[in-house]
Amino acid sequence: MRAYIVSRLGQTALVLFLSLTAVFAMSRLSGDPVLLFMPMDIQTKDVNEFRQRLGFNDPLPVQYARFVAGAARGDFGESLRYRQDAMGLVLARLPATLLLAGTSMLLTFAIAVPLGVLTAVRRDGFLDHVGTVSTVLGQATPGFWLGLMLIYVFSVQLRWLPTGGIGGVEHLVMPSIVLAAFYSARIARLTRSAMLDALGEEYVLTARAKGLGEGRVIGKHTLRNSAIPIVTLAGLEAGQVLGGAVITETIFAWPGLGRLTVQALLNRDFPVVFAAVFVISLIYTLINLLVDLAYAWLDPRVRLH
Amino acid sequence: MNGARRPFALKKWLGLGLTLAALLAALGAPWLAAHDPLRTDFAQSLKPPGAPGHVLGTDQLGRDLLARVLHGARLALFIGGCTVVLTALVGGALGLVAGFVERWPSTVLMRIADVQLSFPFILLAMTINAIVGLGLRNIILSLSAAGWVVYARVVRGEVLSVKQRDYVHAAAALGMSRTRLLLRHVLPNVAPSIVVVASLQFSSFIVAEAAISFLGFGIQPPTPAWGSMLSESRDFLYFAWWLALFPGGALALTALGVNLLGDWLRDTMDPKLRV
Repeated sequence: MRAYIVSRLGQTALVLFLSLTAVFAMSRLSGDPVLLFMPMDIQTKDVNEFRQRLGFNDPLPVQYARFVAGAARGDFGESLRYRQDAMGLVLARLPATLLLAGTSMLLTFAIAVPLGVLTAVRRDGFLDHVGTVSTVLGQATPGFWLGLMLIYVFSVQLRWLPTGGIGGVEHLVMPSIVLAAFYSARIARLTRSAMLDALGEEYVLTARAKGLGEGRVIGKHTLRNSAIPIVTLAGLEAGQVLGGAVITETIFAWPGLGRLTVQALLNRDFPVVFAAVFVISLIYTLINLLVDLAYAWLDPRVRLH
Repeated sequence: MNGARRPFALKKWLGLGLTLAALLAALGAPWLAAHDPLRTDFAQSLKPPGAPGHVLGTDQLGRDLLARVLHGARLALFIGGCTVVLTALVGGALGLVAGFVERWPSTVLMRIADVQLSFPFILLAMTINAIVGLGLRNIILSLSAAGWVVYARVVRGEVLSVKQRDYVHAAAALGMSRTRLLLRHVLPNVAPSIVVVASLQFSSFIVAEAAISFLGFGIQPPTPAWGSMLSESRDFLYFAWWLALFPGGALALTALGVNLLGDWLRDTMDPKLRV
């Protein structure tokens, strides 16, 4: 187990290093990086001074080494708009995003897993058809449109919920539903197919043959064995949940990392953009590391591969 | 057996019907719409659906909503189509080579894929757009740059398994060159997966384009893209619900149709494929 943890940590470090390199490469995509790192109201005569001060006259490897060294200390430069440390701004917005993402993940599991189990157990029954139709609809409905429609119904017409902002539980309802809708659909479909696979196994037949109640057959023998693909998908989807948060937070004016990133992109505040993009990729990579370790702990065969 | 077949056929026909409807709207927009989607008429602004001459109503500038939704289909399917072809070619070719050659090209490609997948798709495409610029050509390029990885991964995996089949070994033993082997025996057997991935990716590209245009980094107003129409509709949500309902509904139905079609293709061509 220890060897596995060490090798997995090594891979994680490599991916993080490469993702920093990717961010550096992105900052050079436009050809002239100075334009990305200058205040918006700059005069032409100041451009050269800026080029010198930000070190863009140095050879590329030197710039790259400086970027990586800074990033390793969490230094992505200063926000052009707020004149503050870019990473500090990003970290200040992180708790709001984690609250939203966490709530939607809980909601997703609370809806998707029971739905997947029920539709698998009642295969081809009425409930299965209703479940299949709703997951297909959930997957096709764009989150930002669902958000607008919810605002129209619950804020404009019924006046039950606020249109946006952060505060009490009532502020959390619509954003977390929008964020959970898409992922619930995916996870429900996967739970259904994983349950159907497991229900065909011989140990389920054995469990039934020895007279176990249906509840225990499903709960203990089938669901447990379907857990691995479900947990994997949940880990893989974590990155897309953070991507979904970018859109959801913008619609509901939720003051999290996603909204900060969109505003920074609109303001061309690239130090903040790069810090945010890196933090998101870091969170995603760490979640996947945890999923893999949980896996190896649950299923010893994984460690040997 | 009957019970199992019913949802199967529903998937196929509903998917086909919705996709064909979207295609018809896209191709026939100039003839189906009675109005120019860009012509403004302030005397007719914010008319609700059913107003004389405007079946779906008009927007804040008096432009006909039906014409804009139909032309939006044109733009959405064009962007989705270009992106799917581009990503299938690039991702497919890279996956094919990586799976066939193995060793370092394979490792390098998979590392790049890992890194790229650690950035959310939408965020990556949007950041590229903010850096290189907005507009039709750039959104197709940024979606392609963010989307090729899925093909590369799936195709590489498929090639690794096809390569082990007896007929490939037999052809190699008979002295067939590696290039011919790849093109004659491996590619045709991987092609169904490429088609299935493409059809499943198509709807996510359409939705992603709309989301990016919604946030302001894609197609800009006044061009009638569903995403930018929805973005403009936010200011009028309190008294003009139709501006949000119809473009979004068109987007959701198109995505639903293409998704169902992709699901059906997977069920018939390649049931084990997970995307």
